[in-house]
Amino acid sequence: MASSDIAVDNGVNVEALLGARKALTEAPEAAKFQWRASCKWINGTHSNSTVEGFFGLGTEQHHRKTFSFDADHPEIFASEDKGATPVELVLVGLASCLTAGIAAVAQNRGIQLRSVSATIEGAMDIQGILGIDSDVRNGFDGIKVKYQIDADATPAEIKALVAQSQKRSAVFDIVTNPTNVSVEVN
Amino acid sequence: MLERGGVANSWKTERWDSLRLLTPNWQSRLPGYGYDGADPDGFRTVPELIEFIDRYARVISAPVQTNTAVTAVKRSDSGYLVETDRGEWRSKTLVLATGACNRASIPACVEAVPRFIQTLTPMQYRNPEQLEPGGVLVVGASATGVQLAQEIHRSGRPVTLAVGEHVRVPRIYRGKDIQWWMDATGLSDQRYNEVDDITRARRLPSMQLVGTVERLTLDLNALSAIGVKLVGRLAGIRDGRLQFSGSLRNQCALADLKLGRLLDTFDLWARDHGVENIGGPARLPPTAIEDSPPLEINLAAGEIKTIIWATGYRPDYSWLQIPVLDRKGQIVHDGGITGSPGVYVMGLQFLRRRKSAFIDGAGDDARDLSNHLQAYLGGSGARFEALAPTQDSG
Repeated sequence: MASSDIAVDNGVNVEALLGARKALTEAPEAAKFQWRASCKWINGTHSNSTVEGFFGLGTEQHHRKTFSFDADHPEIFASEDKGATPVELVLVGLASCLTAGIAAVAQNRGIQLRSVSATIEGAMDIQGILGIDSDVRNGFDGIKVKYQIDADATPAEIKALVAQSQKRSAVFDIVTNPTNVSVEVN
Repeated sequence: MLERGGVANSWKTERWDSLRLLTPNWQSRLPGYGYDGADPDGFRTVPELIEFIDRYARVISAPVQTNTAVTAVKRSDSGYLVETDRGEWRSKTLVLATGACNRASIPACVEAVPRFIQTLTPMQYRNPEQLEPGGVLVVGASATGVQLAQEIHRSGRPVTLAVGEHVRVPRIYRGKDIQWWMDATGLSDQRYNEVDDITRARRLPSMQLVGTVERLTLDLNALSAIGVKLVGRLAGIRDGRLQFSGSLRNQCALADLKLGRLLDTFDLWARDHGVENIGGPARLPPTAIEDSPPLEINLAAGEIKTIIWATGYRPDYSWLQIPVLDRKGQIVHDGGITGSPGVYVMGLQFLRRRKSAFIDGAGDDARDLSNHLQAYLGGSGARFEALAPTQDSG
């Protein structure tokens, strides 16, 4: 653990996060958030999704600007490859969630990060989505994440950062546990 | 002292047959009373523990009013009114010592268990012969879960163990019992206001321990070695299918890392204190997990006949009608002192010290709280009188 007289700065405002944790412990209703995205079909397998508004702290909230994401399939699927595949966006979501968590946990534990990079792989047998074999699931068989981390900490402390980040990650929870999904039309 | 049954009632009526205490005999230290037998490092069976507590009640002439179940506790003009099935009591002060394990905590997904599956809580479980032949899912891998998993698997009923957050420890480290280390290093005596996050410390699962004559370690590797199958935390039940979390690997990594830090603490302490006649430092192998643990079991396939909920215990305060509970029904207290003047609580996890929920923790906590209680009463000692007690309690 880094000594407290060296200012550790991973760009995470831990005081604000801990303050929010305390405030929301006392006012649990304000902790109820809703995240949203809108998706519009363009053509073929190409779609464009945007995120802008969300709900939290008891009121409507907005990102500083609208973020836009194109999704498509690659050319080997006879598509035009105008964006990442949706499953790649899931990998992006998991990797960015875990990475953000590592920075936050490191800041909270007084560990200075120098570099953090990850590669993430999701294995998939596409016999599932093509309906060739009903015993094969549509989704990933499994996901492998590999982190390369350079930080002012022992190897065990770095492993503990990564483990704690998984423990507190929303996307890790979403991909490892079932979620009820309801889809309505019109 | 109002006791709903006999002395040591929950030990007499709510424990499984093979259970032994998880702390060694020498550690059952009560004020002026302790172990004087020939096996200080052994672990008491439940009958032995009952005898130990019974004898203590006689030695200190404890004023125990047995077979008196409290049905309600209310505020009154002069203090508190205690309603029992044997009359009412009034008091200026109250000590709630009903413990943290009054009922088994069962996840909401129990509603989705098909009717052809037998389900049991550890409070209902006595021995494997109670269970149908066939596979058993034990949900939860703390002390209770690992003990039942081992015993049931050995009875010839193949066990699958659903593993969430857990605390892995060896029974013996460097030749000494884990509880010796916790005691000697001062960890057991650590105060509730000395830890970073007391809420989290109070919620920690129990250590994976068993008390056996052989003083064996019972971690997940030991269970895998006899053929128990490890799966992730039970995440839900849908269409008769058990769904397990994909987080097993990380749960085990967290527990292995935490164990490493604990043993580092012990080694450092042993070095700094020049402790001799103990073995050298050692580390346990990482918890072994198969590459792709199953994420689902179809109950209709018949592999699992019984589910046991080793998912923890909760206190029961349904009788407590004074405003000391938080929104989740837990007593709000500062080291055992509640916000209701003269009302104290004892025997909860990390109440004042890490050892608070152990027999060994009762003496120190009682001393602290009785000092506070006495000061509250103005130093005049306890005033506790029966109001028209019924005379049939014999």
